[in-house]
This record gives sequence, structure tokens and C-alpha cells, in this order.
Amino acid sequence: MADYKPNEMMTIAAARALKNDDICFVGIGQPSAACNLARLTHAPGITLIYESGTLATKPNVLPLSIGDGELCETALTTVSVPEMFRYWLQGGRIKIGFLGGAQIDKYANLNTTVVGSYDKPKVRLPGGGGAPEIATSCGEIFIIMAQGKRSFVDKLDFVTSIGHVTGGDSRARLGVKTKGPTKLITDLAMFEPDPETKEMTVVSIHPGVSREQIQENAGWKIAFAAQVAETPPPTSRELEVLRDLHARTDRAHSEAA
Amino acid sequence: MARISSLAEAIQAAIRDGDTVALEGFTHLIPHAAGHEIIRQGRKRLTLIRMTPDLIYDQLIGMGCVDKLIFSWGGNPGVGSLHRFRDAVENGWPQKLELEEHSHAAMANAYEAGAAGLPCAIFRGYIGGDLPKVNAKIKRVTCPFTGEELAAIPAHRPDVAVIHAQRADRAGNVLIEGVLGVQKEAVLAAKRSVVTVEEIVDDLGERSLNAVVLPHWTVGYVAEVPGGAFPSFAQGYYKRNNAFYKEWDAIAKERDFFLAWMKTNVLEKGPEAFARYAHKHRAAAE
Repeated sequence: MADYKPNEMMTIAAARALKNDDICFVGIGQPSAACNLARLTHAPGITLIYESGTLATKPNVLPLSIGDGELCETALTTVSVPEMFRYWLQGGRIKIGFLGGAQIDKYANLNTTVVGSYDKPKVRLPGGGGAPEIATSCGEIFIIMAQGKRSFVDKLDFVTSIGHVTGGDSRARLGVKTKGPTKLITDLAMFEPDPETKEMTVVSIHPGVSREQIQENAGWKIAFAAQVAETPPPTSRELEVLRDLHARTDRAHSEAA
Repeated sequence: MARISSLAEAIQAAIRDGDTVALEGFTHLIPHAAGHEIIRQGRKRLTLIRMTPDLIYDQLIGMGCVDKLIFSWGGNPGVGSLHRFRDAVENGWPQKLELEEHSHAAMANAYEAGAAGLPCAIFRGYIGGDLPKVNAKIKRVTCPFTGEELAAIPAHRPDVAVIHAQRADRAGNVLIEGVLGVQKEAVLAAKRSVVTVEEIVDDLGERSLNAVVLPHWTVGYVAEVPGGAFPSFAQGYYKRNNAFYKEWDAIAKERDFFLAWMKTNVLEKGPEAFARYAHKHRAAAE
């Protein structure tokens, strides 16, 4: 087995969570890499949808933005942005929403708005984009984020999009009928919500990672499931396809005018 | 009725200080040349609407044209921060920037409501998060038939919509293809509009029976500005210049460097500067 980086393990573990018949709303960056890796390996039939309106797109290189021409040219069809959000997302047509964020808490609520206070932010982040409604309208949510004390926090500075809110049945009590975050994939482990408390709980640890490492890179006391598996390491084929994808993406994005 | 004019005349006639202006284009067909013209003409106190304020709004904000921003995602896609936007929000430079922040779903619905002549947009959204706590325009309404609680926000009714499109004919009928964004809705929601196009042609040419066309009687000014979306792209003409989006990060990082770049590349240039991007890319896109 070849050497690999924690980020590669994260992307590969996330890709494996996707199935051939999934219909997936894809965010830019890590989610896009994972979704396209799945499409290029075990899930060639997966439907990838980007919020620019491109339905069932098959990009050869990863888009830098959600609306790169590559997405439109390889899509089954492209609809307007109001139609995307009204008929397809709000209409309940999308099974999985794939999100990342700047901050996450133990109930998988996400912050992509500000670090610090809203009125006098220490860091003004880009904001919610599609996330607030993706988080509640997709059948379920997968989240991919590298762990760290500044990103895995006890209390979010701002709740941009909800996960399991304050745990238990708090999400359902808001009138939300979708499942919310069912998987959180990090560079160290895989988390799933506890059936009762809804706290994101470690169910699988990536090879060579310790429980202490997972705890040290989070701002709350991490819960571990009774049975914790070891994530199978990347296969040489998964690594090859992922690295090829990144290499041709880097080449395409650095082409000068 | 559409008037074919130069870009400078169109901006001069359509946009006044203090106006609410939506320059739209969802990654694709972003009206960069028109944004530069607004900066050159020194428009002030604008309220800008845009789902994804990107480089052109970073420039307008950094040049002091903007009092208020209505938006849903303010970043350099795939690259990182918009430094001029952040400097305005975090440090009030070059002036304080008031924010009215939404989600994409809300913005798209608000444009559609504006185009439909409705006072507000209603949708299922903003459940549980903090945005309604910082934006007083986000309200809840109850469906009179089912009792479901839904989100409501005011329709977007900009004074001016500014978009870029592939082609117009000599009457001013405008054709848009590819990633459509919210441009059609923005133009139909606005009181006035400025459309820049890659080319003005005798005939719009072969197209799908369902092609997206803004009839000339819905459009204000049409100006031919080849390359006018650069570094964004025009499907069928030239690709998105991802390398420039990456370069922008360094250009916008420091105030002085940004101002010097704007002087050389915007203030001392005209819309014709965009033509070279159209040509170079047309070859590359084939």
C-alpha cells in the first residue's frame, strides 16, 4: 500500500460513503473532490448537482467555482438558479447534501459567516451561500472537514446552517423533516450521530490515528461508539484516481490567459 | 425599448449616485467591464445587490462606491477571501459597509418575486440558524391552507440591473446561454437595465426553441463589449480565467497595491481593454 496524506484519506473515506444511485448537491472544495472521486471509481452513475444549476454534471477537472464552464458543458441540462433552489432543492429532489464549513460543533451545526461577533467580526467569512437551505431540504447531509481546535469548537460564533441543533429531537421540533448530518468525515475519523443524543460520535478511526489525536483536535469531549472500526486504508487505485484528478485540475487552473 | 449605445453612455444614463444596483452573473457572464465603467464614472453611495459578490464587487467596495451590500456569499470561489470586502466589514476601509445578508435560496426567490411583480418572496428556509437574528428583513408567514410556517423576505426591485450576455441583435433582443444564474429575473425585476454583450449581430442565429431571450422591450441599454466578462467567462466565447481569480488574492491583499492596480488597469483604461481577452480565449476555447 502506498503512502498517503491525512487529507487524501479524508477525501477517499468521504467518496466511499457515496453510492451509485445517489443524487448529491455538491459544495466546492473538499466535497467536490470526494463526489467526483466516487464518480470516477465505484459510483459512475452518481448524479452530481452544483448550485449554479448544472444537473448531472461529469467534470473532467474539478471546478474552481460552482459555475465553471466545465460543469455546464458536461451536464445533462442546466437550469436557472431560482429553479435550482425552488424545484430541485426545496422540492425535495436531492438525497444528499455535501457540505464543509469553517467551524462545526458536536451537533454538526456549521458556521461559515463570521469568527467573533457579527457586528464587529474578527474574521468576516464568505457567508452561508446555499448552505442554510441545503442543510434542511436535502434528505441527509454529509460533512467533510479537517479537524483542528479552531474549527471543531464547543460553541459556534454564528450558526449559519443547522445540524442537530441542540441534540435529541430539537431538529424535528423546529419542523424539519429531513435527517440532517448523518456522516462527518474528517482527516482523522468518521463520525455518525448517536441515535438518541444526536451528538456526532466516532464510529471509525483512520489507520495510524489515536483516540488522543482525535480528542486533541477538537474543542469538546469527543464521544466514541461502543464499537469503533478502523477505516480501511486507501487502495492504490483510489489514490491514483484522486491524484490524477488533482493533477489535471491544478494544470487546468494555472493555465494563463 | 432597448437602445444600442456605448458602455460609457449606458452607465451615465442608467445609474445615479445612491441607486440600488444589481450586477448579476452566477460565476458565468459577470459584467466586469460594466463594473469598471461604474468605478471610472465615480458613482457613490450605491446599494449593491448580488448573490455572490466576487472580484468586481471587491473592486467597487475597495474604490469607495458602495454604502450597502445585499448578498448571500462573499468570497473568491475556490481561492479564499475577498480582501477589500473583508477590510470594509472588519475595519471600515475605505468606508463603513452596511450588510443585508441572505442565503442563496432567499436571494434567488427575491429576484424571482421581483420579476413576477410580487412584494415579497415566500419559501421554505432560514430554519433554526442565526441569519434571521441579524437581518430584520427575514420574517415568517403562515400558509393559510396548511398552517406551515415559511420564510418571507422583500422582493428585489433594483433601480438598475447590469448583466453581460453572449449576443444581442440590432433591435436589442438579448440571448443568454449556459449557466443562467438570475440574470433574466434581475433585468425583469429592475426599473432600468444595462446589458453588455460579446457581439451585436444581425440575427441571433441558430438556437433552441426554448432559448433564454430577453426581448428588446424589456431591456434598457445594450453595449457591445467583447471580453466584457473577463476574468469570468462567456460560454461559447472564452473560458473562465481561473489563474486570474487566483492572482486577485495577491492584488487585493494590501490597500496601496490594490489602489495602484486599479489606477493602471481600470481608471486609466476603457472598455476596449477587454477585447484582448475575448480574442485570446476564443482560440483557447476551440
